[in-house]
Amino acid sequence: MADAATSGRRPAREARQSVGRAGVGRPGVVWALPGALFFVFFAVAPMVLVGALAFTDWDGIGTPSWTGMSNWSRLWDDPETHQAIWLSLILTVLTWVFQTPLALLLGVWAAGRQRNRAVLSAIFFLPLLGSSVALALVWKSLLDPNFGLIADIGPALGFADGDLLGSSKGAFGAILFVTAWQFIPLHTLIYQGGARAIPRSLYDAAAIDGAGTVRQFFSITLPQLRNTIVTSSVIMVVGALTFFDTVLILTKGGPGTDTTIVPYLMYKNGFQAFDLGYASAVATILVVVATTVSLLLVRLTGFAAMRSTREGM
Amino acid sequence: MRIPRSRSRSRSRSRSKSTLRASTLTAAALLVGTALTGCGSGGPGGSDDGSLDVWVYQDASTKVQREVVKRFNKTSDIKVKLTQVPGEGYSDKMRTSMGTPNAPDVFFNWGGGSISDFVKKDMLLDLDPSMAKDPELKKAFIPTILDAGAIDGKHYGIPMRGMQPVILFYNKDVFEKAGAQPPKSWDDLLTLIDTFKDKGVTPFALAGTDAWTELMWVEYLVDRYGGAGVFQKIQSQGMAAWDDPAVLKAAQTVRDLVGRGAFGKNYKSVNYTADGASTLFAKGKAAMHLMGSWEYANQKANQPAFAKSGLGWTTFPAVPGGSGDPKSVVGNPTNYWSVNAKVKGDKQKTAIEFVKFAAKQDYSKDLIANGDVPTTSDATSLLAEHENPDYARFQYDLVKQAPDFTLSWDQALPAKYTPPLHTAVQKLFNGQLSPTGFIDALKGM
Repeated sequence: MADAATSGRRPAREARQSVGRAGVGRPGVVWALPGALFFVFFAVAPMVLVGALAFTDWDGIGTPSWTGMSNWSRLWDDPETHQAIWLSLILTVLTWVFQTPLALLLGVWAAGRQRNRAVLSAIFFLPLLGSSVALALVWKSLLDPNFGLIADIGPALGFADGDLLGSSKGAFGAILFVTAWQFIPLHTLIYQGGARAIPRSLYDAAAIDGAGTVRQFFSITLPQLRNTIVTSSVIMVVGALTFFDTVLILTKGGPGTDTTIVPYLMYKNGFQAFDLGYASAVATILVVVATTVSLLLVRLTGFAAMRSTREGM
Repeated sequence: MRIPRSRSRSRSRSRSKSTLRASTLTAAALLVGTALTGCGSGGPGGSDDGSLDVWVYQDASTKVQREVVKRFNKTSDIKVKLTQVPGEGYSDKMRTSMGTPNAPDVFFNWGGGSISDFVKKDMLLDLDPSMAKDPELKKAFIPTILDAGAIDGKHYGIPMRGMQPVILFYNKDVFEKAGAQPPKSWDDLLTLIDTFKDKGVTPFALAGTDAWTELMWVEYLVDRYGGAGVFQKIQSQGMAAWDDPAVLKAAQTVRDLVGRGAFGKNYKSVNYTADGASTLFAKGKAAMHLMGSWEYANQKANQPAFAKSGLGWTTFPAVPGGSGDPKSVVGNPTNYWSVNAKVKGDKQKTAIEFVKFAAKQDYSKDLIANGDVPTTSDATSLLAEHENPDYARFQYDLVKQAPDFTLSWDQALPAKYTPPLHTAVQKLFNGQLSPTGFIDALKGM
């Protein structure tokens, strides 16, 4: 039986034995050095620099000039930024609502050992293999109102003439759909792993007590997948807050600014307008929001406590 | 019973432990070392071997530059090292490297707004003294093209690629079926809209997801209503100058065209980059397409039969009551070589010699062989060599006779105006902004 969670109730003798070869104790801090240094240089330092740049005016050449709070007051007054934050939040919530149930059901289904499931799963995971940019280009062609698939199915969806990307709701829906199509397989994979780790004996016991498939799903599978759901949700939420390439290729933030979510706003200010100070302020907001949301998720779900889902087994 | 600890074992163990620790430290140091130097010497540029660093935008036309570098290196003591930067990342890379030791010595650019920030910081070499010393150099190019790359009347760029004016293309087969003629006046154009709409054909293909295609319409209309001076005033006096009546008239005309169905019903979803608009046009579902001269090469690549026999071209008509010269052109005059101001002495001489190669006949011949139309003033005799001499001649004469060649606004203005300009134009076309709202948005940039 897999004993994934360290319950901390193991006898001490075992703990001593579980240390590797005699004499080599717990690895020293030196072992973490390469990874830690990489993390500091390539993650922490840039983030700190971006935070500093947010208080400057810099066009990417020469030296940044200190402007204090001016970027922030501009952020506060800019309706485009408000719209972007709002759109990002809506997109994140809808992404979660749309992707989680689907990914969970598919993952649980794919966890079965039947051969046809393995084959179908393999086909289904294909979107994971493509690069975001290439996939977005394919979808862009499919959404061409004159030659794409949308020309035929658009009228049924309420978009006469296939004018999906030209309407605010349609363009937003397209981004929601394409990213879901692209990322549900990843989350399905996570749920599949989680579902496979649930001990058979639980189901056997439930079956003896007369629980049917549905009852087993709600009483065993879902509670056992609690930590998996949190993990997948954190990845999904942070991912949704930082969607970029799909938006760049499918809609360019349009029509107008109606799909300009925060990362795209950052790109527009940073790499089209070369207003790197302002773009850094936008980026800082994004870092703060994403960190807060994932911390909240971890905190509120008791995930951090790593409470075992197998008390008493 | 206690087993005496073997000394040798303990020693060997401690040694292995210390060697382990040492090697880990070394590895970490090495990693950090490479990580740190990686930022410094990773990219191209900053060559200390005395060669001249030349950066170029990498696409289908880059082979012309590769050839000229080969030729140049045969004659020069200081060799040119050509760095080809893949298209997408070029402007970011150019911008981030300028002002660092890794900056290129000579580099490709779009003139106007793409270099105005460098000029402000005195990072580019003013080429006027060289032109004064060598009058042939200045005379080698069509004046409007040379001036389109100038900033505040000083020349920082030497034209080095083909011309790219915006042309009104039309589908010959569709016109023949409708018994129609290409529009000579604005009235013709409005009549044609109705003619084609009755036939179930979209009058003008328009890629509404790419705002720069819509911008071409606004640029031409402003030019026809008020002349090239309107935009020159905006460039020199700032954003307040957008409230010129010509801009308002152009915006109203755009709304009028959209209302008449000039662009069909679903233009807002049509793209240029994935070939949506061009296919629509080539397949005869749209009759006309206002697009840069690269449309020909694009059609040749994707719809070769249409490019060969079905593609027609004409000029953008005059508008009623407009004061602009209908011979004027908008678009991208060409691309330019600029020289970094930090290049001094012999290297500077070599750099100037190198950019002069773009004025030579054999360079123009290479451009023509590549399907481009050169911007040199003596290229007329060479145009017969072009794969489509009629098209090359039309383009060349169009540009040569144009009293003004206005650089695309999103290229001409400093980079910070590009996103809001694109947004405003797209909103105007989509009806999210009224003509007056459009003016306000532009003034507020």
